[in-house]
Amino acid sequence: MSEVAIRINTPEELESLRDKVISARDPDATVVSVCTGPGCLAYKSHLVAENIEAELEKHGLADKVRVSRTGCHGFCERGPSVVILPRQTCYLRVKPEDAEEIVKTTLVEGGVVERLLYEGSDGVKIELEQEIPFYKHQDKVVFGVNKYIDPMQMDDYLAGGGYRALAKALTKMTPKEVTEEVTKSGLRGRGGAGFPTGRKWDATSRVEADQRYVIVNADEGDPGAYMDRGILEGNPHSVIEGLMIAGYAVGSTEGYIYVRQEYPLAIDHVLYAIDVLRGMGLLGENILGSGFDFDIKVHKGAGAFVSGESSALMSAIEGRVGEPRPKYIRTSVSGLRGKPSSLNNVETMANVPLIIDRGADWYAAMGTEGSKGTKIFSLVGKVLNTGLVEVPMGTTLKQIVFDIGGGMRGGKKFKGVQTGGPSGGVIPEAQLDLPVDFDQLASAGSMMGSGGMIIMDEDTCMVDVARYFLDFLADESCGKCVPCREGIRQLVVVLKRITAGEGREGDIALVEDIAEMMKDSALCGLGQSAPNPVLSTLKYFRDEYIAHIEEERCPAGVCKPLIAYWIDPDKCIGCQKCAKECPVDAISGEKKEPHTIDMEKCTKCDTCFRVCPTKVQAVTKITRAEAEKLGAPRQVEEAGA
Amino acid sequence: MLETMGKVEEIIALNDNDKERLIQILLELQKEFRWLSREVLERVGKKLDVPINHIYSLVTFYSHFSLVPKGRHVMSVCVGTACHVRGAERLLDSVASAVKCKPGCTTSDEKFSLDTVNCLGACALGPVMVADGEYMSNPTPDEISRKVESCE
Ligand SMILES: Cc1cc2nc3c(=O)[nH]c(=O)nc-3n(C[C@H](O)[C@H](O)[C@H](O)COP(=O)(O)O)c2cc1C
Ligand code: FES
Ligand code: FES
Repeated sequence: MSEVAIRINTPEELESLRDKVISARDPDATVVSVCTGPGCLAYKSHLVAENIEAELEKHGLADKVRVSRTGCHGFCERGPSVVILPRQTCYLRVKPEDAEEIVKTTLVEGGVVERLLYEGSDGVKIELEQEIPFYKHQDKVVFGVNKYIDPMQMDDYLAGGGYRALAKALTKMTPKEVTEEVTKSGLRGRGGAGFPTGRKWDATSRVEADQRYVIVNADEGDPGAYMDRGILEGNPHSVIEGLMIAGYAVGSTEGYIYVRQEYPLAIDHVLYAIDVLRGMGLLGENILGSGFDFDIKVHKGAGAFVSGESSALMSAIEGRVGEPRPKYIRTSVSGLRGKPSSLNNVETMANVPLIIDRGADWYAAMGTEGSKGTKIFSLVGKVLNTGLVEVPMGTTLKQIVFDIGGGMRGGKKFKGVQTGGPSGGVIPEAQLDLPVDFDQLASAGSMMGSGGMIIMDEDTCMVDVARYFLDFLADESCGKCVPCREGIRQLVVVLKRITAGEGREGDIALVEDIAEMMKDSALCGLGQSAPNPVLSTLKYFRDEYIAHIEEERCPAGVCKPLIAYWIDPDKCIGCQKCAKECPVDAISGEKKEPHTIDMEKCTKCDTCFRVCPTKVQAVTKITRAEAEKLGAPRQVEEAGA
Repeated sequence: MLETMGKVEEIIALNDNDKERLIQILLELQKEFRWLSREVLERVGKKLDVPINHIYSLVTFYSHFSLVPKGRHVMSVCVGTACHVRGAERLLDSVASAVKCKPGCTTSDEKFSLDTVNCLGACALGPVMVADGEYMSNPTPDEISRKVESCE
């Protein structure tokens, strides 16, 4: 590892180091960027990188071609992703055994390995990354550099202009000017509420104190979102530089990064980056000769969604239980250890160096009136192309789901998109033209949240989705305030009843009553926003609730007590696939003869439905009423399950 | 036991005997021993001069800590939103019946633990599980039983 070990004492020294790093690199030299983000690692991309290196060695190219292990490229669906720079040839679904061919064909002979290229549904292959529809419609201001950066190589960050913004802030701007620039840029917090970042810094800096703290929130509690992980793991220096600028702006000498322990790689990368910075004198005393002292500590979160809330997070850093406290006093006045503290999300911080470096006007030119810049989303669920995507604020849902996401998998019909995680809501098809920004999402009954975007198709049950989030929150509520603790519990009881087909008349009104009470009286954001998923699904998908309650029917065929599996004798070809795979031996029948399912034995594991050949589709989901006509026993949900 | 307590003291010392670092210390102990025994927690309390009820309030609040020994093989099923809409519950049922234990529990022979986790950052593979460190994307019941049978 060729790491810079010299001390940097002035902005001039930083620039001359940067020049040295850049001039030592041939801009036309080939770099193989191998994604080692979480999705690609799961498909053994570390072995892809290793094998490519070994093959380069074999061909005597080890000195000429560099293999760079980077963070998430974005298109996780088709990972492992390998991009060959500077040309941008993009290989997808690369297996370790493909290394030989890639090196020989592309790096030795200059050709293209056709079979590893992106192939659209029209069968057309695309070589260059920026021409693949998934990437073409994005604007990757923050996230695009990931593929150029090995998080364990300070040189990579420096070559891209790293710490230039810090030097500018420390030596050419006063703390007040830095805050004003951020305010002018219109940057709003990416962690959920969208609070103007500059205003938060300003409030914190105005409180008289002997110490103030700046903190990065990398707790990323939204289950199904991993943008912050993508940034912190892939480009830790961008977050650290943002934090240092924040520290300077509010007058703090101590920063914290609160990372969930489930992200060990992010923690390693951050700790390593901090070490390197200390060695260079970019953390410590008198940074860049400016008189600014600053250091950073890392705190690992031990797994509690509510600890991502600002006051709870600060308690956790103090070694106490991470529960929120009432906010008659803001954390900007009395936060960590009772001192004025400013907390920002990972993505918010990663935007800061760009704003200082290129200016507020450049930044404010992107986005909408009330929401500036870009936003990174975790586009997941039933959409064809899942991954991390970055678009300017104001991009419509339709562009995100269809142009970038490629529409639904398996030709299914789009039903809704869930944004904002457990605090957000579901937006229906009728609102696909909605421009995505903080205010538009809120007015549609959802919220931006941290950027989770879960796409749902006709096979997703909206009542089940609401139950899912409430179940999640029931576990995560700290229990300190009654409206949240008891409110969520009661909502879960009612929703479980509905999804079990035992819903009663008046249940919908009851849910709405409880929800209103919680919104008005819960202590923190968790409880206040907990009813959002159920309220928004009630608003847009009320008929599904009614079908469950009045007809004991789950229109999407998801709620187990309301469905049964049945083999259509007219369609079954007797291939015996389902009988072989059934884990409880509930399926019988002779070869080439129609099979039958013993509904009493059947655990509704869905295996037969999935293995039945698509051309045949004999296994069918039927409703409870239909099943009972066929003599199936009525299934009642286990009490307390 | 002596060895265990030596390790406890070492980890506390590495954290500068700092009370504020209590959660960090407990995380390191959890990593080291895979669970937190009463003896270990009492030693931490004594060393840092923190009441034992305070320590218990922490280890019961945070989901990562375990007060019982974990199994030798850990099956983690993702129940994050992206996996949920792609059938995580079904997967969880299958794994539970294969290892014969409920989510959040450990088998009495301490062979298997079945955990649920929120988002493994591999949503594209959903529903996804990690069996002893190996990612499995939407495995069939058959694949699950084969994996379970291969565990010693
Ligand atoms: C229950 C709850 C959980 C939260 N979890 C997170 C989280 O995981 N990550 C995050 O950045 N913000 C989270 N927030 C929002 C934070 O309280 C805070 O608003 C945010 O970190 C501020 O940063 P920003 O202004 O840059 O958005 C959570 C809020 C609540 C109420
Ligand atoms: S993890 Fe490789 S593209 Fe996202
Ligand atoms: S929700 Fe399961 S991996 Fe993300």
